[in-house]
Amino acid sequence: MAEGVLEIEDSNFEAEVLQSEKPVLVDFWAPWCGPCRAIAPVVEELAGTFGDKIKFAKCNVDDNPVSPGKFGIKSIPTLILFDGGEIIDKVIGIVAKSKLEEMLNKV
Amino acid sequence: MKNVDYDLVIVGGGPAGLTAGLYAARARLNVILFEKIVPGGQVVTTDWVENYPGFPEGISGPDLVQKMTAQVQKFDLNIETNAVVSMDLSEPIKKITLSDRVITTHAIIIASGASPKKLGVPGEDTFYGKGVSACATCDGPFFKDSVVAAVGGGDTAVQESLFLTKFAKKVYLIHRRDQLRAEAILQERALANEKIEFLWDSVLTGIQGLTDVEKISVQNLKTGDTKDIAVAGCFIWVGILPNLEFLPELVELDQYGFIIVDANMQTSVAGVYAAGDVRSTPLRQIATAVGDAAIAAFSAEHYLENVKE
Repeated sequence: MAEGVLEIEDSNFEAEVLQSEKPVLVDFWAPWCGPCRAIAPVVEELAGTFGDKIKFAKCNVDDNPVSPGKFGIKSIPTLILFDGGEIIDKVIGIVAKSKLEEMLNKV
Repeated sequence: MKNVDYDLVIVGGGPAGLTAGLYAARARLNVILFEKIVPGGQVVTTDWVENYPGFPEGISGPDLVQKMTAQVQKFDLNIETNAVVSMDLSEPIKKITLSDRVITTHAIIIASGASPKKLGVPGEDTFYGKGVSACATCDGPFFKDSVVAAVGGGDTAVQESLFLTKFAKKVYLIHRRDQLRAEAILQERALANEKIEFLWDSVLTGIQGLTDVEKISVQNLKTGDTKDIAVAGCFIWVGILPNLEFLPELVELDQYGFIIVDANMQTSVAGVYAAGDVRSTPLRQIATAVGDAAIAAFSAEHYLENVKE
């Protein structure tokens, strides 16, 4: 069963993402961002498919400015794939589901 | 009669595609709509829509898309997330190659829309997502109390620059002419906005910075002088290009690459229609896209009556 998409904050970003044993896909989003709302269901679908081997998380950049600042995010949605605390790949803006699948298949 | 997968295939899920789908589903056609990313098209990145009738207070782009999608779902339109790779239109029964299979159909409505055009200046690609953007509603709030630049003079450039003034302390609007092309009401608002400084007769020639955008170079076309301006962001709205990478040469295009249609929205190929931003048209609005699409669906329905006889 899918674990869904975990909401993470600045306070647990280190523990949940950078220290995670599994690779993590983080969706940086905000409520005012239309394209973020559009891509959210796609990320949820992917969590259903890839949930066993990848952790899915989302970070609201309005409430948690530190983490997006650290990764130089100036455009959302930005999806970053982390593995072992390192950035493996990054996608900016709305992209096709197939492109995200391609990225997730890298880990 | 040969076995054909669909009566009608709609390519694209923006306002034109969804409207064509609405009419086709209500006409009980065997129809499918392919959307390569998510429904909504360019409306998803539109902050506020106030020229689409029926919403006197205005409506946000994403909310309008949600309503349009809910409406087609009510009539059980089949929407699939898939990309059209190519089309074979040489026979009356058309073949469409998708990312995972080939399907056949009698009729096609192309509503694949358009994407923002790039300027092609140095730094534009390097700093994409690091200050360079084409979406104010996505990225505007990252530039709170910053100075930003915007390039363009049409509706999108002016409306989105106005949106940027909610966050930025100053917006330089760079336009290559000495007057705007945008709707008069948008022009009035922009000219009255103290946060917007117009750089008329000017073009962006470069974007520089270390890791993020730090400054831009702007050339005045009348004097030939170039100056650098410190900005944290640079938004580019200089028109659009049609999304037609899948289209065979058979379909006639205008000089800018948009599809030429007749009054019935039919292209140069019988049974193939185009609607919305992808077609050659003097005006590209949500209101014109949905009108095109209603005609295209109606025309397709009549075409199908004839071919199936």
